Amino acid sequence: MNTSSNATTTIVRHSGAYALDNYLTAGQGVKSWLLTTDHKRIGILYLWTILVFFLIAAVAAALMRIELLTPAGDLISSETYNKLFTVHGVLMVWFFLIPSIPAVLGNFVIPMMIGARDVAFPRLNLFSWYLFVAAGALALWSLIHGGVDTGWTFYTPYSTTYANSHVISMAAGIFVAGFSSIITGINFIVTIHKMRAPGLRWFRLPLFIWALYATSLILVLATPVLAITLALMSVERLWGVGIFDPKLGGDPILFQHLFWFYSHPAVYIMILPGMGVISELITCFSRKRIFGYAWVGCSSMAIAVLGFIVWGHHMFVSSQSIYAGMIFSLLSFLVAVPSGVKVFNWTATLYKGSITFQTPMLYALGFIGLFTIGGLTGLCVATLAVDVHVHDTYFVIAHFHYIMVGGMVMAFMGGLHYWWPKITGRLYPEFWGKLAAMITFIGFNLTFFPQFLLGYLGMPRRYHAYPPEFQMLNVLSTAGASILGVGYVLPLIYFLWSLKRGRLAGPNPWRATGLEWQTSSPPPVHNFEATPIATASPYLYDAEADRDLHMANA
Amino acid sequence: MNATTTAVVAEQFDDIQQQHSAAKLGMWIFLATEVMFFGGLFLAYTVYRFTYGHVFALASRHLDDVFGGANTAVLLFSSLLMALAVRAAELDRRKQLVRLLLATALFGILFMTIKGFEYRKDFVEHLVPRFDFRWDGSDAANAELFFWIYFALTGLHAIHVTVGIALILVLALLARAGKFSPNFMPVEITGLYWHFVDIIWVFLFPLLYLAGHR
Amino acid sequence: MTTSLPKLYWKTFIALMALLAITWSVGYIDLGPFKLVFALAIAMAKAVLIMLFFMHIRGGSKLLHFVAVAGVLWLLILLSLVLGDYVTR
Repeated sequence: MNTSSNATTTIVRHSGAYALDNYLTAGQGVKSWLLTTDHKRIGILYLWTILVFFLIAAVAAALMRIELLTPAGDLISSETYNKLFTVHGVLMVWFFLIPSIPAVLGNFVIPMMIGARDVAFPRLNLFSWYLFVAAGALALWSLIHGGVDTGWTFYTPYSTTYANSHVISMAAGIFVAGFSSIITGINFIVTIHKMRAPGLRWFRLPLFIWALYATSLILVLATPVLAITLALMSVERLWGVGIFDPKLGGDPILFQHLFWFYSHPAVYIMILPGMGVISELITCFSRKRIFGYAWVGCSSMAIAVLGFIVWGHHMFVSSQSIYAGMIFSLLSFLVAVPSGVKVFNWTATLYKGSITFQTPMLYALGFIGLFTIGGLTGLCVATLAVDVHVHDTYFVIAHFHYIMVGGMVMAFMGGLHYWWPKITGRLYPEFWGKLAAMITFIGFNLTFFPQFLLGYLGMPRRYHAYPPEFQMLNVLSTAGASILGVGYVLPLIYFLWSLKRGRLAGPNPWRATGLEWQTSSPPPVHNFEATPIATASPYLYDAEADRDLHMANA
Repeated sequence: MNATTTAVVAEQFDDIQQQHSAAKLGMWIFLATEVMFFGGLFLAYTVYRFTYGHVFALASRHLDDVFGGANTAVLLFSSLLMALAVRAAELDRRKQLVRLLLATALFGILFMTIKGFEYRKDFVEHLVPRFDFRWDGSDAANAELFFWIYFALTGLHAIHVTVGIALILVLALLARAGKFSPNFMPVEITGLYWHFVDIIWVFLFPLLYLAGHR
Repeated sequence: MTTSLPKLYWKTFIALMALLAITWSVGYIDLGPFKLVFALAIAMAKAVLIMLFFMHIRGGSKLLHFVAVAGVLWLLILLSLVLGDYVTR
């Protein structure tokens, strides 16, 4: 076979288990990192940065869960609680989830997957990281000076008129982070259009690339609307009057329209890249071609486009017109179609595959189950009548955590384990990896499944005290959260350990087919010794190619 | 890669064509994000004009269409100059390029000057929201809303014009030093931005100044 | 081509100024509800002229056409769905 022989020659050239001449050894010292334009190093810079924000946001979540152990509001005041859930939401959404897979894994692997030396605009890429750090500094400044209590949604007129907290600095942080996202999105779209290796046609691209292309479209077209909305909100707060101000005949619902025009598509920024990772993992660890490649690729684009016309389902109980509500409800159901296509195709890929349960695969299988629950409960809350009942309850909280934590974070962890040998040249310890994946899965379900029940029984979100009959389920949820915490701390420990002590990985420890596995680990500065040429579809997992590759490695 | 091309082509690209088309595509995508950035304000305008159409028509007549119309002509002419400048850069006519860039920036500055006089007039006529805003007649609140949107839209546009002027002046300096003789792409993509700023104004003029019957 | 391009730019500019004159003078005629439609149509025509000739969309790749259309299309999504809410309240 053409490709496999091609792959063989490349691999033989870097047969050493650890390439000494790589992007990590290319420059030493802090300066070589802070002034780097190498997409791989920038990905790692993002990894460290989002880790900081993840930890802060996780501490906020832990404090909330501890407060909710007892019905009385005894540990922290309601004001502090409001600030905690705001910080948790703002940091997790804009400073962890949105940059997680795109800016870390995307930056690292996109150019390699398409056989390029770097992204199209490497200096802009570094600049976007600096913007992100500046944005984070603004958010932390707001946090240190007392935080914000508006919730991550910044609804007017509360945020413009009544909130007694550092709204403007937090909004400014998100504004700047938005521009970082936009630059990343532009960079990815141009890179994918213009930098593909010879022979790499659109329908030969890895599905991760399709997913990140779709994500970038959302980043580019939705984020500016958030930017202008937060700017208008901030100016209104500063100036005293503005376009959302009821005094002038302004309409706060207009703010909600603008906010959700961004923030609903942003939900897909937070799940599409995860779906892309899962498509890579499922094929690799069942040693089978993806079922219905074109359908999976196009469903990413469909989700991105449909995601722009459903935002009104967040506003069913606002004073939005009932007819708009009905239209938005109907349109929301449509998103289930491409999402369903993906789940069906992943399942069909598993069917009769020779599945192995390495750590990334455990995360991938966890993703499919949890995403399905999150997606189906999404249909519940998209139903106009049901949403009136469960709106602003823990049912909604549970639903979107199944998507964002059960979906995106699982996918991020899966992808991080999968590409860790490529990033560092070393393997993480498999036993601990599997253990952490299982702890995460159990802890996650124990945390969030009770919240479906709580919400259905009527416990509203954003309260620090509650009636005693909800205590049992809240205790379960807090217990789950502490298990989930262990599931996240374990990888942090063994990843750091593996940097020095991990087994050498070699170029392709998973016997995967993507172009990124055809170069050494860690890759050289310009990724490939010679520009690779693509001659066939990306997922040539079949017995023949498998054996060839295996022999080449041995 | 030989020595002459490496000087121009960034290392991640194979050739200058790839680099050019990447830069152009990047700029166009950025302009699409700019459309959405202004889009939030255009939405506010649309919704409130729909809701308070009568007041918006009345308020619009308080704006001076001579300022607005003259500024449209000024920006259109500067766009023409910019297009000619890109052509000069492409043909590597350095002196002509510098002169055209300076002229483009000059008309940008003229736009800002006219805008400044207009803002002063608005201020004197008490049309600035919350700043001693005065309105004879009913619906003063809704009229104030119109002027808030007017200042937001034209202010955001003015920020863009200012950035554009700065960019063009930098380009003129670089052009004088002969920086664009093999690679004129920076001139072209800055040109795209400048034309975009022009297009925004083309919509602002009728929407803000001509909303009411004069 | 070399000599005709500046000529094309000047012609475009003259067309733009003519459209400005039309939209400005029509501002003094009462067209009722068609006023907005007319103003937007002329603004759109001006924008298209600028994009076609000054911004070289004419002769540009299909991809650039697509990007240019996408920006406008997405703005229309925003405007139409929100206006849909306000119209039916």
